[in-house]
Amino acid sequence: MLFAVLLPLILTLLIPFLSKVKDKVHTGIFVFFIPLGIFIFFVRFIGEGFSPELESYPWIPSLGISLDFYLDGLSLLFVLLISGIGALVTLYSIFYLHKSEKLAHFYVYLLLFMTAMLGVVLSDNVYVLYTFWELTSISSFLLIGYWNHREGSRYGAMKSMLITVFGGLSMLGAFMLLHVITGVTSVQQMIGSVDLILSSDYLPLILTLLLLGAFTKSAQFPFHIWLPDAMEAPTPVSAYLHSATMVKAGIFLVARFSPIFHGYEWFFIVVSGIGIITLCWASYMAVRQTDLKGILAFSTVSQLGMIMAMLGFGTEAAVFAAVFHILNHATFKGSLFMIAGIIDHESGTRDIRKLGGLMTLMPISATLALFASLSMAGVPLPFLNGFYSKELFFENSLHIGDTTLLIASVMKQAIPYLAVFGSIFTFVYSMYFLFGTFTGKQKLEQLPKKPHEAPIGMLIAPAILVFGVIFIGLFPNLFNETFLAHAAEAISGVKTHEHIVYWHGLKPAFYMSLIVVAFGTILYLFREKWWNIYKTIPGDLSFNRVYNRTLKGLDVYTSKLTKGYMNGSLRRYTALIISTIFIVTGLVMAGTNGFTFKTDDLAPITLPEIFVGIMVIAGAVGTILAKNNVAAIIILGVSGYGQALLFVFYRAPDLALTQLVIETITVALLLLCFHHLPQLSRRTEGTGFRLTNAVIAVGFGTLMTLIGISAHSSKWFATISDYFLETSHDLGGGDNVVNVILVDMRGLDTLFEITVLGIAAFSIYSLIKLRSKEGE
Amino acid sequence: MEIIMSVVAGVLFAAGIYNLLQKQLLRIVIGTVILSNGAHLFILTMGKLKRGAPPVLEYGISDYADPLPQALILTSIVISFGLTSLLLVLSYRAAQENNTDNMEKLRGNHDE
Repeated sequence: MLFAVLLPLILTLLIPFLSKVKDKVHTGIFVFFIPLGIFIFFVRFIGEGFSPELESYPWIPSLGISLDFYLDGLSLLFVLLISGIGALVTLYSIFYLHKSEKLAHFYVYLLLFMTAMLGVVLSDNVYVLYTFWELTSISSFLLIGYWNHREGSRYGAMKSMLITVFGGLSMLGAFMLLHVITGVTSVQQMIGSVDLILSSDYLPLILTLLLLGAFTKSAQFPFHIWLPDAMEAPTPVSAYLHSATMVKAGIFLVARFSPIFHGYEWFFIVVSGIGIITLCWASYMAVRQTDLKGILAFSTVSQLGMIMAMLGFGTEAAVFAAVFHILNHATFKGSLFMIAGIIDHESGTRDIRKLGGLMTLMPISATLALFASLSMAGVPLPFLNGFYSKELFFENSLHIGDTTLLIASVMKQAIPYLAVFGSIFTFVYSMYFLFGTFTGKQKLEQLPKKPHEAPIGMLIAPAILVFGVIFIGLFPNLFNETFLAHAAEAISGVKTHEHIVYWHGLKPAFYMSLIVVAFGTILYLFREKWWNIYKTIPGDLSFNRVYNRTLKGLDVYTSKLTKGYMNGSLRRYTALIISTIFIVTGLVMAGTNGFTFKTDDLAPITLPEIFVGIMVIAGAVGTILAKNNVAAIIILGVSGYGQALLFVFYRAPDLALTQLVIETITVALLLLCFHHLPQLSRRTEGTGFRLTNAVIAVGFGTLMTLIGISAHSSKWFATISDYFLETSHDLGGGDNVVNVILVDMRGLDTLFEITVLGIAAFSIYSLIKLRSKEGE
Repeated sequence: MEIIMSVVAGVLFAAGIYNLLQKQLLRIVIGTVILSNGAHLFILTMGKLKRGAPPVLEYGISDYADPLPQALILTSIVISFGLTSLLLVLSYRAAQENNTDNMEKLRGNHDE
């Protein structure tokens, strides 16, 4: 499995070479075989006797992180979706993307995404899962921004990145909490210690963080706003990432962690609540769109909401229905996206107001769209898979398990109505998409291109998917025991035996379907009448506005804040830095009782040292008082030589010698430099200026004095100096211990020190030689 | 004595910082020199002062001053010399090019 996951990534290495010959062979042809191969590799796992498999490769053993790949029914479903739809999308893209496009970039991103997505659904280790998760966000960002010369692409890419990565980081927080509570990093082992998690005080926090990750990724209300903007991506990407696979990662996450939370009532409240709101809101919004892909984007959001809601119900049958709908949604929505791409490709526009009457010009596309749309709408016909899962959804919305909390009980009553409400609009937008494009008056003069049927290659992929729609519709139970039941079992933990039938008899779910069709038809036929409602709802309620304002506000205020203190004045920076050091260090020292004062182990005070000390102080303070620059430099020398004397007192002959030499050169250099420059500015500092300086300086000086005394008074560790003294002669072969330390024991440090000096010397040389040219 | 020397180091730090906060380039250079002097004294004082002979091994002597701070300071003296000279030349050239040595006037572009 490791190889299967990494295979797409390995091929990316070859893409630059393969794209060299893109004029002869479209790069997509090479790529096509990768998902196909993975599909064939995994399809053999389908079967009644399937049992989960685990492969483990050590990665960071010290942190308990290993590349665990766990294949159960749920993973298998997703793996087959990723590779199957991936192969079809690649096939489609060969005809969609012209050879003059940057094919290498496109396929590298796409393969990167495949690896990432396979990793997400197969990883058992939460940290590995998280890594792959963020990788899908990154590849999605790159793919949305593929046509990066477009303003909209960049905006959409950024938006999706910000929202999904925000969710990803929240999810990481949840993973860390789970890791801390259970002590394991494997999802399956976490499920094993479910009691620990459910009894934890952090349970609400964990659930919130985890669901933030899932909801942002799966574009649930109110985070759905990124998905419509993601439609700027090339259509194969929209069909693949933003409909069939990546946006279902959030669904996957909720499904994966369902065994942990499903006994927790808030899980039902939040997941089903948000899911059902998303379903209603997005299906209502979809009717408002004018862009074909915009309709499909909101439709995807609402379908994801529906799956989310079913996972929230948590009953065995609801989970099975959710799994079934994941599969169905991938087939009909994938094909619809591809058809939208075909229309765009052949007519030059996706604006539904300009389209119409394309049925006669594009009969095959129209036929495919007919089946897929009707399936999406849930029209009760026995060969449409969408109808079956919609019917199961209604059925299950009426049979939610027992509730104890008041809010849950209220929701339980409201959900069937909301389900019908959302589905009515689902019906309306499906019809709107279908009839708006393919029937009605032709407006050919408004189209940039003269539309005609797409090349046969482009139709293969959507045709296969529509074939899937009908095939599943005709034989809905074919994969039950061998495939879907395993996936449902992985979520609900119970072996499911569902049998899907077309005719249930006159049960409530059937009436619900009829209501949807009846009201949907009425609403569609009289759409002109109630179109005005859209002007009032949502109006100012747009979440895009919230996003845009937040982003803009952040931009404005951070730059204001930064400009507030970063005003270009070096003095202010220094003052801020020193004050910060003073405050932080002071607080920490005081807070931890760091200041100590002991007088038992002190050297005796002698007069010469006092004199020299006073000389050093006088020199240092003198530089401040001296008005004249040359005087200040010479006074500085006094302080420096004084220090050399102190080194003599304190048994440091080497230091004293070095200090003498260095001090002499420094003073000479200073004089040399500033002798040639006239005293340019008179010193005209005010009292306030000097007072601020003095306060900061004295404060810092005091702090350092106290630290020095404290450091002398407290000994925490045995000194390593004795080691140097003992071994200097034998190991270093020298008697001057300081020298041995420098050139032998810490020889590498000294080497770097020399390097630093060398760099300084070069810089100085070039600075002196560097002259800006006249007039520049 | 250590306490007195800590005070001396503290005064050096204060004088260094004060100079660092001045507007004139030359004062800033002087400030860094004093600051590193203060740091050297600070490191030396954190060990023990005046215990034992200079750390040059000699037969018959077993009590030596701590060689470790000395090695650190020796490195530091040389490095701060490099720093000072670079700073000096940099400020010299800056003053020459811009015809001012007032830091408040050397603020750079607004677009940064």
